[in-house]
Amino acid sequence: MAVRERLSGNEAVSYAIKQINPDVMPAFPITPSTEIPQYVSAYIANGEMDTEFIPVESEHSSMSAAIGACAAGARALTATSSCGLALMWEELYVAASNRLPVVLALVNRALSGPININCDHSDSMGARDSGWIQIYAENNQEAYDNFIQAYRIAEHSAVSLPVMICQDGFITSHAVENIELLEDEAVKKFVGEYEPEHYLLNAKEAMAVGPYAVSNYYMETKMAQTLAMQNAKEVILSVAEEFAALSGRSYGFFEAYCLSDADYAIVMIGSAAGTTKVAVDELRAAGKKVGLLKLRVFRPFPEQEIAQALGHVKGVAILDRADSFSAHGGPLGSEVAAALFYAGHTMQARNFIYGLGGRDFRVQDACEIYEKMEQLVTRGASVPQYQYIGVRSSDQQ
Amino acid sequence: MATDVSKITEKSPWQDLTKGNQIYGSGTSKAFQTGEWRSQTPLFEEEKCTQCLLCVPVCPDSSIPVADGKRQAFDYDHCKGCGICARVCPCGAITMREGQ
Repeated sequence: MAVRERLSGNEAVSYAIKQINPDVMPAFPITPSTEIPQYVSAYIANGEMDTEFIPVESEHSSMSAAIGACAAGARALTATSSCGLALMWEELYVAASNRLPVVLALVNRALSGPININCDHSDSMGARDSGWIQIYAENNQEAYDNFIQAYRIAEHSAVSLPVMICQDGFITSHAVENIELLEDEAVKKFVGEYEPEHYLLNAKEAMAVGPYAVSNYYMETKMAQTLAMQNAKEVILSVAEEFAALSGRSYGFFEAYCLSDADYAIVMIGSAAGTTKVAVDELRAAGKKVGLLKLRVFRPFPEQEIAQALGHVKGVAILDRADSFSAHGGPLGSEVAAALFYAGHTMQARNFIYGLGGRDFRVQDACEIYEKMEQLVTRGASVPQYQYIGVRSSDQQ
Repeated sequence: MATDVSKITEKSPWQDLTKGNQIYGSGTSKAFQTGEWRSQTPLFEEEKCTQCLLCVPVCPDSSIPVADGKRQAFDYDHCKGCGICARVCPCGAITMREGQ
């Protein structure tokens, strides 16, 4: 029987951590940390779980300790946000290249500067090439469900890669929503015990983790790592299928909302997709054929699936909650456009940057983007290849 | 079943590498011959040596083996030619020569 509750996103992920009861959680307990380590340490202090909690002196150390614990054979995790993730940079790559299935609960918040504590995706998007699997949530339920699935993906022998479970800072992390929780026993059975094939604390087998790889080995190592990321696609889907059988909630690489017959589509990640759904409903009621592709899995990037789902549309607006400062848009914009090009599609595509540093994304913003795409396609209106929306400007049209 | 890392060489295809290049088994550094990097080589003159053994602990690569309280010939498979032994030797029993 599912348990009905009302929880914030931070509480929901902490509850999932309690149910999984991993072996080791090193975390930096103060800003820019989240409430997640605080809730987990309270569960431990109350005797509700027996995870070894290590309060470390920085996020560089928390990821280092998680890597060490995982290499030793423990199921390890940490949690952070914003600049805390930035301070882990070096270790993120080490966890991935050493093929260690660490799980990180990330609350997406803006990177400095200017100093800002609110939601955007610049932290995790900056880590997009670190070799971590990245799964994003629209709401608290998804954040909880994604976390329950994380270890099954990370620890799968064809994958052996770290997983970042991302949710939007404040918008889902602090907002309380209705949520359906699984029973403890069901979670324990679904996640299972972690039984690594090789681990440092195995007295029967001496081993070394993370040796120096000279030029004669480095590229072969990276080839194996990229194949593991490719393998993750199938594993993510099969774990989601099992999860659906358990929970009744289905997940894929993305959610297609009113997309199959849409002429105009928005592609985006995270909580603002909920706002876009309202815009889609309103515009559909007015007879406009609009739809949404809400990306759940950004790494591995489901290139072919995205291209297939968007193949029929006339105009695609790709929305980024982070700027690449590449002078040609955000990371999602570049990758979705590349996916469409490689699949041979030639529809109109434009990139929009929204919601940086917690700027609101409104239903009206989504409606205006659909309108712009329609004007572009039907009247050849000029729409820049990428642009900021919701930003004040002295040359407003 | 652990991978036999002794069979992984510079000719191995990527499929044969262990996950994350993990190495199973201990003492594998013995097989890695760092002596190939040497550009200077220490020479040992046994007749000048008083067996004070000052050279042994300062060697960063444990390349001066000891048996029955006496230092033995250099382990040139692992000696990188740093010359610390020659600097500490009070008897002039170790001299550095250019080359391997």
